[in-house]
Amino acid sequence: MQLAKEVKYLIHKEILLEWRSKYTINGVLLYMVSTIFTCYLSFVSLGDKLIWNALFWVIMLFSSINGVSKSFLQETKGQQLYSYILASPAAVLISKTFYNTLLMILLTTVALGFYVMVFDTFTPPDLVMYYFAVILGSISFSTVFTMVSAIASKAGNGGMLMAILSFPIIIPVLILLIRLAKNAVDGLPWDTSYDEIGMLVIVNVMTVAASLILFPYLWRD
Amino acid sequence: MKKTWWKILASFLVVYATIAGLLLGVPHLAILNETIRNLYFHVPMWFAMMVLFSISVFYSVRSLSTKSEIDDLKAVESVNTGIIFGFLGLITGAIWAKFTWGQFWSFDPKQNFAAISILLYFAYLILRNAIDEEQKRAKLSAIYNIFAFPMMVVLLFVLPRLKDSLHPGNGGNPGFNSYDLDSRMRMVFYPACLGWILIGYWVYTIRFRIRTIENKEQHIRD
Repeated sequence: MQLAKEVKYLIHKEILLEWRSKYTINGVLLYMVSTIFTCYLSFVSLGDKLIWNALFWVIMLFSSINGVSKSFLQETKGQQLYSYILASPAAVLISKTFYNTLLMILLTTVALGFYVMVFDTFTPPDLVMYYFAVILGSISFSTVFTMVSAIASKAGNGGMLMAILSFPIIIPVLILLIRLAKNAVDGLPWDTSYDEIGMLVIVNVMTVAASLILFPYLWRD
Repeated sequence: MKKTWWKILASFLVVYATIAGLLLGVPHLAILNETIRNLYFHVPMWFAMMVLFSISVFYSVRSLSTKSEIDDLKAVESVNTGIIFGFLGLITGAIWAKFTWGQFWSFDPKQNFAAISILLYFAYLILRNAIDEEQKRAKLSAIYNIFAFPMMVVLLFVLPRLKDSLHPGNGGNPGFNSYDLDSRMRMVFYPACLGWILIGYWVYTIRFRIRTIENKEQHIRD
């Protein structure tokens, strides 16, 4: 119960902090929109639906690395020490992951809308399933990147280390996501994608479990 | 003799597997022809790599609780040795692919995922280089190693099963067991696996000893 209370309070704190400055949310949103627009200017139209799908996920990948890595890298040593005294490590990790998931779902929804609007030569026939893949993607990106950004921030060498450390870990997830999204693009029925959905859920549970076990060691300095 | 018997066994097994692998009879199959002998060299590399990476995770877990420098050094040296075996596995596989599938890199899922999992361990080594403070380095790299290991297992053992692969046993291709009907190949294959795993472990112990001596020298100089 104590944990749930702490998590609730910490999520409230994250949202409040974000709401006051609106730095991450606006920054990542602008990053996504300008990337999509740059792609639009260079491709003009995407005839092939495979490229349409792949390009979307590449944009998602890079924006979420930027968005999620803020969560730990942005904090000063003092802030970290403060929350270390106040809350348990598990509560810090869960609240960060949860907050990042919310943020990513919000941002990717906007990005998907803009993407569909700009590249209107092709729209996935099963938009519900595609959106489902996007939400699963947001969740998976947040669970993996939150932990990696914690490692990168402790290593004290921000952006580049974050990218190097997270790419090999996220590739299996990304492959599954692209396959799931491709099923939606091809308009296949839902029951063909149960394999991918199941695997993604398993990978997420595994990542969260590993993070929860390892984070207390990381947190202690 | 008590301490070295497994080294003698390893050398004997590898020499046996090399000679017997090149000379003994193998099933005659279309496309594969004599390249089937590469099985004795290509597959044991991956087994040795997996064993070394598992050793590394074991010592990473231990170094988190004991915080001893020795465990950390063991973890990093087994990764170093494992990467060598991973590369050998990729190279032997690429050569085999050239003769059977037509290209060195055939966009086979197993090939791609093996390359990615080696990237993962390069990331681990770069993380180590990025941190100067020894204890922090030991802690952070151990955490990354443990965090990344399940992902590597997913990459190498689960994902290829979901996709069609050119490798035997995947995507409707029959597994190697069905090629080897008369069990002649097993006589060489199993000793080769054991031999190469032991050789890998031996290389790792030597590397660890060199590293320990270097470390002591460093401490004396400081």
